[in-house]
Amino acid sequence: CVGPIRTASLLSQREHLSLTPEMATQEVQPNETLSNLKAESDTLKTKLEDERAKLHDVELHQVAEKVDGLGQFIMKTRRTLKGHGNKVLCMDWCKDKRRIVSSSQDGKVIVWDAFTTNKEHAVTMPCTWVMACAYAPSGCAVACGGLDNKCSVYPLSLDKNENLAAKKKSVAMHTNYLSACSFTNSDMQILTSSGDGTCALWDVESGQLLQSFHGHAADVLCLDLAPSETGNTFISGGCDKKANVWDMRSGQCIQSFETHESDINSVRYYPSGDAFASGSDDATCRLYDLRADREVAIYSKESIIFGASSVDFSLSGRLLFGGYNDYTINVWDVLKGTRVSILFGHENRVSALRVSPDGTAFCSGSWDHTLRVWA
Amino acid sequence: MTISTLTRGGAQREQQHCLRKMERVIIAMQDPDIGLKMRNQRLLITVIPHAMTGNDIMEWLIQKYNITDEEAGHLGGLLVQYGYIYPLKEPRSLILRSDDSPYRFQTPYFWTSSRWPASELDYAIYLAKKNIRKQGELVDYEKQNYNLLHKRINHTWDFVVMQAREQIRASKQRRKADRIVLECQEQAYWLVNKPCPGAFDVFDLGPERCNVLNSRVILNRRALVRNRVKSSICLESFMKFCDQYHQHDPIMSGCLPSNPWISDDTTHWTINTDLVGTPTRLRVERWSFSFMELLNDCLGRREFMTYLEKEFSGENLCFWEACEDLRHGESSKIILKVEEVYKTFLSPGAARWVNIDSKTMERTLEGIKQPHRFVMDDAQMHIYFLMKKDSYPRYLKSDLYKNMLSKAIVPQETKKSVFPFMRRQRHSSPSPAMVSQATEDNGKAKGAGPAATNSGTLS
Repeated sequence: CVGPIRTASLLSQREHLSLTPEMATQEVQPNETLSNLKAESDTLKTKLEDERAKLHDVELHQVAEKVDGLGQFIMKTRRTLKGHGNKVLCMDWCKDKRRIVSSSQDGKVIVWDAFTTNKEHAVTMPCTWVMACAYAPSGCAVACGGLDNKCSVYPLSLDKNENLAAKKKSVAMHTNYLSACSFTNSDMQILTSSGDGTCALWDVESGQLLQSFHGHAADVLCLDLAPSETGNTFISGGCDKKANVWDMRSGQCIQSFETHESDINSVRYYPSGDAFASGSDDATCRLYDLRADREVAIYSKESIIFGASSVDFSLSGRLLFGGYNDYTINVWDVLKGTRVSILFGHENRVSALRVSPDGTAFCSGSWDHTLRVWA
Repeated sequence: MTISTLTRGGAQREQQHCLRKMERVIIAMQDPDIGLKMRNQRLLITVIPHAMTGNDIMEWLIQKYNITDEEAGHLGGLLVQYGYIYPLKEPRSLILRSDDSPYRFQTPYFWTSSRWPASELDYAIYLAKKNIRKQGELVDYEKQNYNLLHKRINHTWDFVVMQAREQIRASKQRRKADRIVLECQEQAYWLVNKPCPGAFDVFDLGPERCNVLNSRVILNRRALVRNRVKSSICLESFMKFCDQYHQHDPIMSGCLPSNPWISDDTTHWTINTDLVGTPTRLRVERWSFSFMELLNDCLGRREFMTYLEKEFSGENLCFWEACEDLRHGESSKIILKVEEVYKTFLSPGAARWVNIDSKTMERTLEGIKQPHRFVMDDAQMHIYFLMKKDSYPRYLKSDLYKNMLSKAIVPQETKKSVFPFMRRQRHSSPSPAMVSQATEDNGKAKGAGPAATNSGTLS
């Protein structure tokens, strides 16, 4: 696929000179009025749509006609994790395929062995609305944050008497709420997104800011790291209805997609890394192909009215699971574009949804205070 | 403590989308041709016009959207909760009963989207009306709200009482049926907008989101010159990928011997631990899907290293791992690691010298003078593609790989238990944090566990 280095060489001289993060966030250039900018922006947008359309010779569902349809689909709740005293906002799997970390509105972060449903660790954050949490790749620490505008890392101690909060390390500092966080390939770096409109990459040990990513025009709500060979990119979605692809090394936004009609709550890479799915308040999920540089599928139904809050793919990428604000989980056939199943069970919004690392199950977290593991 | 604020802005924007969609459904339901058949409903001794039963609503939804009973019940229930349809019997219970219970459409004047947020003054007048009409009409939480409002907007209380009296007088002059309908509509509106504490709150939204306008010109300029691939080629690759991984996707094809979450048997996990003695066939097959799959599996990577060492090119993989460690490691160790990499792999006469082209070597050596975490990127990429294009395909054809494949086990599918209601004991497993602690304590790597890989990082 087209990597960051190739793209850079295609840029003209002019592009190179004008591409600084600072300039991208200026409201008005010194020599351009707002109306001129708007006019140019609209013209460029139309031109861009034309360019993209030129290479769009077939639809996904057409190509998928030759693929077998999916039969009866049965998934049930296999575990219910009860213990949070308020809305569950976020969850993440441990690489061991059975442990989970979850965070909630009342400031609690809990580490569970989801298989036995035992709680193994619990931390109370000094803030409410802990909207982001992540498990470290080694399984030895968790990161979390929310309304405190920070992302903190807690090493997981095995001493039952030890107060986890004592070893807490403050890593990221934003100027607005933390919406999402993720460790990169090691325990040493964390990627964050924030209500302040930026994403940032941090060194955990020192708390140093390694790179910041400017380009969203409003709160950034979600992010996901690419499974690509060169491991250099990630995607983010925001309240400006845009999904952006970023180069982690340079801080540049290398691709942008704006087809949703409302806030993008969740973005997730397709397992091959060549595409990604998004879930939005406009009640649709969409698939974007990175090489074709366009949206290639919309997953929606007239009877689905409420926003999708969280999406994830099954291991083969054939299924897309979406957690919605109307308490349901819709399961989509990614290739054919049809809905395969609707899962009931939660008694309030589904706010988080992740497939387990080995694809044997997925976990959903909800405002009904519980998490469920489905298989 | 609730975080939601009813200010104009993000929260309202989020609501507007689903409210508009609900309104489209409601309007379709009232369409003279394709909508519900409404009729008069008897409520005690009064006849209420334009009402429908819960059953009617369910059937219409099932038919219009081609959905199941369960889904129609769910969707209809939401329409009631958000105040677009209200029940005539038991008005305080905002649920959809799929029997002959009577319901009515809420008048657009009282739609959630048009009168939001609810005005304090209006609420005060409503409560005052109820209080005046009949003593003891207000329930507990309404009494509390009434007292609170009385304190808060005390300066306009005369106006409130005057309005309330005026509205009561005007309603007495209406026909009884109209009066009851208006009272039901108003009550339904307030049940949604000022719910009983603990009941479902339509306005319970997340933290406030904001919006700032900015320029997109630069991004679009750049996007115009980008290289694009034809859709037919891209989309075909999805078919291929899904097909290739179909058997490996436990949700699509099940897993052997059984899915631990369903059977409570963790054998599937024990036979697939990181450095298990004999891997499963599916796992070894997966190494042939892509170079990345091979490297991402610790066992695969170890096998590949064994192969490379036989070919005297093991330093390539070691170099690549060292570069990964540099890129993803602590900032404080960068300078040290760059020096190590240079000494071990790049300097003339180095113990494990890697063969990279002169141009890349030149650039890298120049870069090392000011070490940073990406200084080895070019060299690392060169070696990665060298292994991918050359060593990897040959490994897949080698006896080493073929033997691995033939030795690999295919577990038997567990027969469904004779007594399915007897649940197996769910055993706990050692926490990864514990395994890593043991590693530190002993000073040498132990077998299983995600913490135990050579470089200490997982890529």
